Amino acid sequence: MSVHDATTKAALPAEAKNQFLHDAAEHVRDIDHRSFVRKALGGYYVTRDSQKAKYRDWEHARDAAALAKWSAVNRLDELLPLFVTNFEAGGGIVHFARDAQEARTIIVDLVRASNAKAIIKSKCMTTEEIHLNDALEKEGYVVVESDLGEFIQQLRGEPPYHFVFPCMHVRRGEISDLFQKHLGTEPTQSPEELTMIARRYMRQLYVDADVGITGANFLVAETGQISITENEGNARLTAALPRVHIALSGIEKVVASLADLAVLLPMLATAGTGQPMTCYNTLYSGPQKNDEPDGPREMHLVLLDNARTAILADPEQRDSLHCIRCGACLNVCPIFKNVGGFTYGTTYQGPIGSVITPHLRGLSDWNHLSSASSLCGACTDACPVRIDIHHHLLHNRRNAVRASPKRLEHIGHQLFAFVAARPWLFAAGGKLFRWSLGFLKKIRPPLLRQWLETRDLPPAPPKSFRQLWKERS
Amino acid sequence: MSVKASSAKDVVLARVREALQVPAPPPHLKSHDLQEAAGISNARPAGAVGTFKPLSIAPLDVARPWLPEGGQTPEERMHILCDNLKRLKAEFHRACHLQAAAELIFSIARQRDWQRVAYHRHELVDPVASALHCATVCIGEPASFDKRALEQCDAGITACESLVAQTGSILVSSATCGGRSLSILPPVHIVIAHIDQIVATLEDALHDAKVRHAGRMPSMLSFITGPSRTGDIERILVLGAHGPKELIVVLVGESP
Ligand code: SF4
Repeated sequence: MSVHDATTKAALPAEAKNQFLHDAAEHVRDIDHRSFVRKALGGYYVTRDSQKAKYRDWEHARDAAALAKWSAVNRLDELLPLFVTNFEAGGGIVHFARDAQEARTIIVDLVRASNAKAIIKSKCMTTEEIHLNDALEKEGYVVVESDLGEFIQQLRGEPPYHFVFPCMHVRRGEISDLFQKHLGTEPTQSPEELTMIARRYMRQLYVDADVGITGANFLVAETGQISITENEGNARLTAALPRVHIALSGIEKVVASLADLAVLLPMLATAGTGQPMTCYNTLYSGPQKNDEPDGPREMHLVLLDNARTAILADPEQRDSLHCIRCGACLNVCPIFKNVGGFTYGTTYQGPIGSVITPHLRGLSDWNHLSSASSLCGACTDACPVRIDIHHHLLHNRRNAVRASPKRLEHIGHQLFAFVAARPWLFAAGGKLFRWSLGFLKKIRPPLLRQWLETRDLPPAPPKSFRQLWKERS
Repeated sequence: MSVKASSAKDVVLARVREALQVPAPPPHLKSHDLQEAAGISNARPAGAVGTFKPLSIAPLDVARPWLPEGGQTPEERMHILCDNLKRLKAEFHRACHLQAAAELIFSIARQRDWQRVAYHRHELVDPVASALHCATVCIGEPASFDKRALEQCDAGITACESLVAQTGSILVSSATCGGRSLSILPPVHIVIAHIDQIVATLEDALHDAKVRHAGRMPSMLSFITGPSRTGDIERILVLGAHGPKELIVVLVGESP
């Protein structure tokens, strides 16, 4: 695939913040786009709420889901080796990767060793995180994304807009044009027909592919199975027809037992898309067994660290590893809805992306994401595994200030503390400010200018609050 | 495994152990009992390392009363299952005996002019497959598996391990349901099941599978919840993305 916009941004991290501000401003002006995305999410709210109502108590169920992930992540030292042992007993091969580079090398080597000609891939955000497609294409392999949304994004040469709904910002007309251009199909306005075009196109690719690449949603320590959640059936096909199955997963996806899945699978579906269960929830324990008719001859699982152990080492934010990537926090986030998915310039968009990206790519360059929040807490309320998302944004702000204190801000705070502790000075300051406001508005000093660009400054009231209060009593 | 790979493993596992030396506070929970249980697991003697105790309460035990209902009696389970399958846009039929199921599938196949149907050897599937008017492909021996032939089939007939009332899911496995592709590659998936196979919850289905396969899990176990679907285009639901467009469930047996 050609260069990904967002990954280019990532390559120039010093500019990440400016890029964010620029893109956000652009996006906010695009009212059509915003209302389109809101409309798409409108349907989600309705189905999610009606499915949540089937739970006898969603909040208690969230407790259980949070506990399942919390206890697994905090026992990772014990559960991860247990998972590896059990998985290997099923005939699969485990590869550890310390970082993205190592994971790419492992996968490219595996593909090469299997003499693959064609590779089919099902949706996997971890492969986006390590930019796997670019690496494989550089080696001359053709990789086809089989998830419909991902396929559309691949043809558009864009990364996913939302990590659960990759092309939610694209209109059907654009998809029709895209298919016409790349697949030579007739134009159509019907989502159904567009889906069938992709279905027909992909069929032969599944049959011909030598290697199938998938992600994993959960790693079950007790039984050594990996669990994959999907709606379209593309992951099932990807893990059924090719000779070799390669799965890539972060190490934090471990859960203790199958029983935990009985809680997490339905909650992932309800929080993510409002379904009772996602269409296919599949557990794989290795390659085809002797007495089974079909399946891959080899199965490889690449377990990726890539800064996850750094998050693990931070007890305050360790819970951000509980994330099951349901996308609920994006769907309710006022910032996401206004700035859109691409503005973040990250693999993981939205509130949880803003929490973990500074860990994955460096706090100094990505801290601006912590400020891209109204701290309304909608994300924390939506999270099925009770990650304290909005507080982590505050933690990141604090850590960034600790790492590189802002002198001017500090002086400002001290000045305020000094003034606020002296009522007469406070009153005088207030008077001065009320008096000079009109003047400031006219000359627009630098600090105020930015603020005034998109906002109006109302005239100062003639009397201060304290004066009004006194008169009242 | 190469030397490099094993060292990456050692490095990552060492990082994990190192990272967990400092305990993390439990999440803020709604239930006080749970909060307490979590606190107990987390407490460790001063200086001790890696002593996080497994929870005294299993998360599932906590969640069980609050998750969607699966039904107490066979009648309830049947009712909830039907209701869920309908919502999921799966086609649902009852047949009082296998003969009736075979006739039903025969007429569906006739009506739609199916040319070729795939199936696997199973006591519930064999009579249905052998009653068909059209050509059949039996999926069984690994040596004779032909994915191109299967791709040409109009439908695939399988048995299942269990049906889950709670979510309307059907559990299939690569060991007992004709492998991995039979239930996903053909455009129509027909499931023939006995009413005794209905279980209340996902928990029951997973538990039964564990017991049934006693230590030797099939290479694939899949919960199928309705026909394949996508909402990727403008979040509008379309059935039959890559997997079957239609899921036909036939339940054999007298009313519970
Ligand atoms: S942080 Fe929570 S709500 Fe957001 S994607 Fe992860 S699990 Fe879902």
